Amino acid sequence: MIESIVSQSGFFFLITLFVMGAFGSLFFHRNDTCANVWSSFFAISGSFFGVLFSSLTLLGGQELFFTFGKTPFFILAFSLHIDMLSSFFIFVISLIGLFCSIYGFGYVKHFYGKYSIGALGFLYNILLGSLLLVVTSSNALFFLIAWELMSISSYFLVVYDRNDPKNVKAGSLYLIMTYVGTAFIILAFLLAYKYTASFDFAVLKASAHLIPSSVKDLIFIFAMIGFGTKAGIIPFHIWLPAAHPAAPSHVSAIMSGVMIKTGIYMIIRLFLDVLQPIPLWWGEAVLIIGAVSSLLGVLYAMTEHDIKRLLAYHSIENIGIILLGIGSAMTFYTLGMPTLALLGLIAGLFHTLNHALFKSLLFLGAGSVIDQMHTKNMEEYGGLIKYMPVTAFTFLVGSMAISALPPLNGFFSEWLTYQALFQGINQLSFSLQWIFILATASLAFTGGLALTCFVKAFSAIFLARPRSVEVMHTKESSIPMQISMAVLASLTFIVGFFSSFLTHMFEKIGQSFTIFQTTSSFVSVSSDQHLQSASGFSFVSAPGLFLLFGIVLLCVFLGTRLLRYRKQKIACGNTWDCGTTLSPRMEITATGFARSIVLIFKNVLKPSIQQDVEYHDAESRYIPKSRAVTMRVENMYDIYFYRPLQKMIDGISLKSKVIQGGNVNVYISYIFLALIVALFIVL
Amino acid sequence: MTLFMWILQALFIPVVSPLCIGVIKKVKAHLQNRQGASIFQPYRDLWKLFHKDEVISKDASWIFLFAPFIVFAVTVIIGLCIPLFSSFGQSSFFGDMLVIIYTLALATFFLALAGIDVGSAFGGFGSSREMTLSALAEGGFIFSLLTLSLIAGTTNVFGIASHASFLSGQYLIPVLLAFVGFFIVLLAETARFPFDNPATHLELTMIHEAMILEYSGKRLALMEWASSNKLVIFFALGANLFFPVGLASDMHIGALFLGMLLLLCKLLGFSLVIALIESSMAKFRFFRLPDLLLASFIFNAVAIGLIH
Repeated sequence: MIESIVSQSGFFFLITLFVMGAFGSLFFHRNDTCANVWSSFFAISGSFFGVLFSSLTLLGGQELFFTFGKTPFFILAFSLHIDMLSSFFIFVISLIGLFCSIYGFGYVKHFYGKYSIGALGFLYNILLGSLLLVVTSSNALFFLIAWELMSISSYFLVVYDRNDPKNVKAGSLYLIMTYVGTAFIILAFLLAYKYTASFDFAVLKASAHLIPSSVKDLIFIFAMIGFGTKAGIIPFHIWLPAAHPAAPSHVSAIMSGVMIKTGIYMIIRLFLDVLQPIPLWWGEAVLIIGAVSSLLGVLYAMTEHDIKRLLAYHSIENIGIILLGIGSAMTFYTLGMPTLALLGLIAGLFHTLNHALFKSLLFLGAGSVIDQMHTKNMEEYGGLIKYMPVTAFTFLVGSMAISALPPLNGFFSEWLTYQALFQGINQLSFSLQWIFILATASLAFTGGLALTCFVKAFSAIFLARPRSVEVMHTKESSIPMQISMAVLASLTFIVGFFSSFLTHMFEKIGQSFTIFQTTSSFVSVSSDQHLQSASGFSFVSAPGLFLLFGIVLLCVFLGTRLLRYRKQKIACGNTWDCGTTLSPRMEITATGFARSIVLIFKNVLKPSIQQDVEYHDAESRYIPKSRAVTMRVENMYDIYFYRPLQKMIDGISLKSKVIQGGNVNVYISYIFLALIVALFIVL
Repeated sequence: MTLFMWILQALFIPVVSPLCIGVIKKVKAHLQNRQGASIFQPYRDLWKLFHKDEVISKDASWIFLFAPFIVFAVTVIIGLCIPLFSSFGQSSFFGDMLVIIYTLALATFFLALAGIDVGSAFGGFGSSREMTLSALAEGGFIFSLLTLSLIAGTTNVFGIASHASFLSGQYLIPVLLAFVGFFIVLLAETARFPFDNPATHLELTMIHEAMILEYSGKRLALMEWASSNKLVIFFALGANLFFPVGLASDMHIGALFLGMLLLLCKLLGFSLVIALIESSMAKFRFFRLPDLLLASFIFNAVAIGLIH
C-alpha cells in the first residue's frame, strides 16, 4: 500500500486529481453548485492525498526521481526529483490546500451567480497542481513552465473579483512584478547554463564549480531578485499587499501561506544545495534582507486598517524571519560551522510550516469576517466576537501563534531562530558578530511589534462595541468554514506540543542535503522530548510548558472560585462613560491604536496628515461646514525606487524611438546590419 | 522535596508582592511628609476586593472575563521559572530566558485586549500605550538577558544565577551596562515612573490603570495582585541575575532560609530605589519614552560588544 503511494504513479495520481478537478469544473461551468462540488471534491481529495503522499515520503525518507514522457527538445525534460525538501514543501502545500479547499467549499457560495464558479475551480486546482510541480521539478525549463502556470493562475485568481477596478489594478501590478521576477530567474538560469551546459538541477549541482565566482555572484543577485520578488522581500514586495487582499480569501490564504514559500524553497534549493560552496557575503546579504524585511514588514502592517493588507504585510515580516534562519544557515556553513548551519535551516523550515499554518488560519478568519461585513476596512468592524464566536476564537489563536506566544507553534520556531542568531553572536569574531546582533535586534523588535499589531487587529475586529450597523446583521460563517478554521487553530497547538518531534523531522530533512549529510544539528531532541542546544546553552520543553500552563491556570481558576463569598453577586452594568452616552466613535480605532507607533517611527514610515476644512463662509472662515482629516503613509518604494525607474525606462524608450522611422528600407538595413554584426561576432 | 520547592516558589511571589507595594507606598508617603498607610494595607485591599460584588460592563466579552485569570496565572508561572532564593535548577526546562520574556508578553497581550474589550475610550488608549511601550521594551529586555547569557554560557536563568563572577574583572562594565538597560525595562514593564504613574486614576496619561479601569471585585483584585507580582518578578530577576549573591546552591534548609532572607532584603532595596525615583522625578512625556527604551537597547548592544 505504502509503496504504491510513494511512487511515480502515486505522484502522477496526485497531479491527475488536480487536473481532473480543474477541467471537470470547467466542464460544469454552467451549473455553479455542480462546479463547486466537483472542484472542491478534487481539490480536497488531491490535497488529502498530497498530505498522505508527502508524510509517507518524509517518514520513510525516500527519494523519487523520474521523468514524465519525452520532449523534442534535448534541454527540456519533464523530470521530477522528490527529495526530503520537496516532500516537506508538498506536505505544507497540501496541508494548507486541504483546509483552504474545505473552507472554499463554503466560502465561494457567495460568488454564485456573480462570477463563474467553474473558472474559479479551474484556476484554483491549476494553482494547487502547479505549486506541487514547482517544488518537485528538477529541470530549470520545466520548473519555469510550472512557475509560469502558478503565476498566471494566481494572477487570474487575483482579478477574479473583477468588478472592483482596484483588484484589476492590483492584478496588473502583480503580473508586472512577477514577470520582472521571472525575467531575472531566467537570466540566472541562463548564466548557469552558459557554464554548465545543462538546465538539469542535478547536473548544475555537479558542475557548479565550473561557474566563475563573479558570474556566481551575479547568479545570486538575479536569483535573489527573482525569487525574492515572489517571496515578497523588501523592496520587491510592493505587489504583495495589493494582490493578496484582492483574491478570494481562501486563495489569499494559499498565496500568503504557501505560494510565497516557493520563493523560499528555491532560495534554499539554490543556495544551500545546488550552488554550494558559496561565498560568505551571500549569507550576510540574506541575513540583512531578512532583518530589514521582518522589521519593515511589521511596521507597515501597523499602519494598515485594511485587514487583508495587514495580514499581507505580516507575510513579508514572516518571510523575513524565515530568511533570518536561512541566512544564518548560509553564513555558518561557509564559515565551517555545519552544526549551526543545520540549526538555522531547521529554524527556517519550521517557521515556514508554522507561518503557513497560522497565516492561512488568519486569512480564513479574515475571509469569514469580510464575507459577513462586505468590507475590508477594520474601522467598520468592532464587537464581532459576540456575533462570530468561532471565528473570533480561531483568529485569537492565530494571532497568538503569529506573535510567537508560548506554548503555540510560532514560539518554538522563533526560539530556534533565536538560538541560531545567539550562537552567531556567541561564537563569531567581532566583525561578523554585528550582523547577528542586528538580526537578533530586528527579530526582538519584530516580536514586540507583531504582538502590538495583533492586539490592534484582534481588538479592532472583534472587541468593544460595533462601529457600524452592519455588524448587527452578521452571523457565524458556514460549517465547512468553521471546521477548517478550527482544525487549523488546533494544529497550531498540536505543532507546538510536538515541536521536538518536528525539529527532529526537520533535522532529517536537513541531513538529506549533500552538505549536511554527516552533520547533527546544534539543537537536539533529548530523550524526554525537550529541545536542547549542544553545550547546554539553552533548553525548552514543549510538553512541560503545556503542563505548567495547564496546571497553573487551573489552580488559579479554581482557587479564585473557592474564594467565592456567599452573598457575592455579579451585576451587569454600563461601561463607565464620564456622564455622557458612549458612542462607537469614542472607542479606539485601529488607526488610533497604531498612531503612537507610527509617530515614533515617523522617520521610516513618513506618515502624512492632511486636513481639509470647508467653511460656510469662505471669507470669514469661522464656522466650518465639514472637516476631513486624511492620514496616509507614503509608499516610499513607489516614490524613490519604482517611479524613478519607470521614468528612466520611459526616457530610454523615447530616445530609442528615433530609430523607428516607419520606412521599410530602414528596417531592412537594420536587419542587414544586425546580421553582419552577428556574423562578425560568431565567426 | 522537589515538590516542596515548587510549591514554595509558586507561593512566594504572590505572598510577598503586596508587601513590596506597601513598602513603596509607605516610603513615598514619608518622603511626602505623610504618615502613610501600614505596609500591610495592600493585603487588606486585596482581601476587601475579593469579597466585593462585581460590576461587569454589558459590552464585555469572555476575553474580559478570562483575562485576569490568565494574567495572574502567568505571573505565577514566571514565579516558578525564575531563581528566587536558590540557583539550582529545579525547573530548568522552563527557565529559558525566551520562555520568560514571551510568557510575560502573553500576559501583556490579554491585559491589552481586556482593556479594549469594554469599549471605553480610556481602556483603548491605555492598551495602545501599553503595547507601544512593551513593543519597544522587548529589544532591551531580550538583549539585557542575552548579555548575561553570553557571559554565563547559558540562556537558562538558573544557570545565569549560579554563575557568580559577574561583578569582578572583565565583565564588570558589560554587566553594569546591561543592568542599567534592564532597569529601564523594569520601570517600563511594571508601569512605574517615568513611564507611568501607578498612583493616578483618570488622568489622561495613565497607562496601566486605564486598562483595568472597568474591573471590579474579584477580577480587579487579581489584576492588581498580578501587577504587583510582576513588579516583584522584575525585582527578583534584577537582583538574582545581575547580583547573584547568597542564593542557595543546594537543598539545605539553612541555605534556603538564608537565600529567602537575602531576597527579602534585595526586594526591600529595590522598593526603596523605586520609591526614591518616584518621589524625585516627574513622569516623562509619552513621546520621550521611546528614547529611553532605545537607550536601554543601545546600552545592551554595547554591553554585548564589550564582552569579547
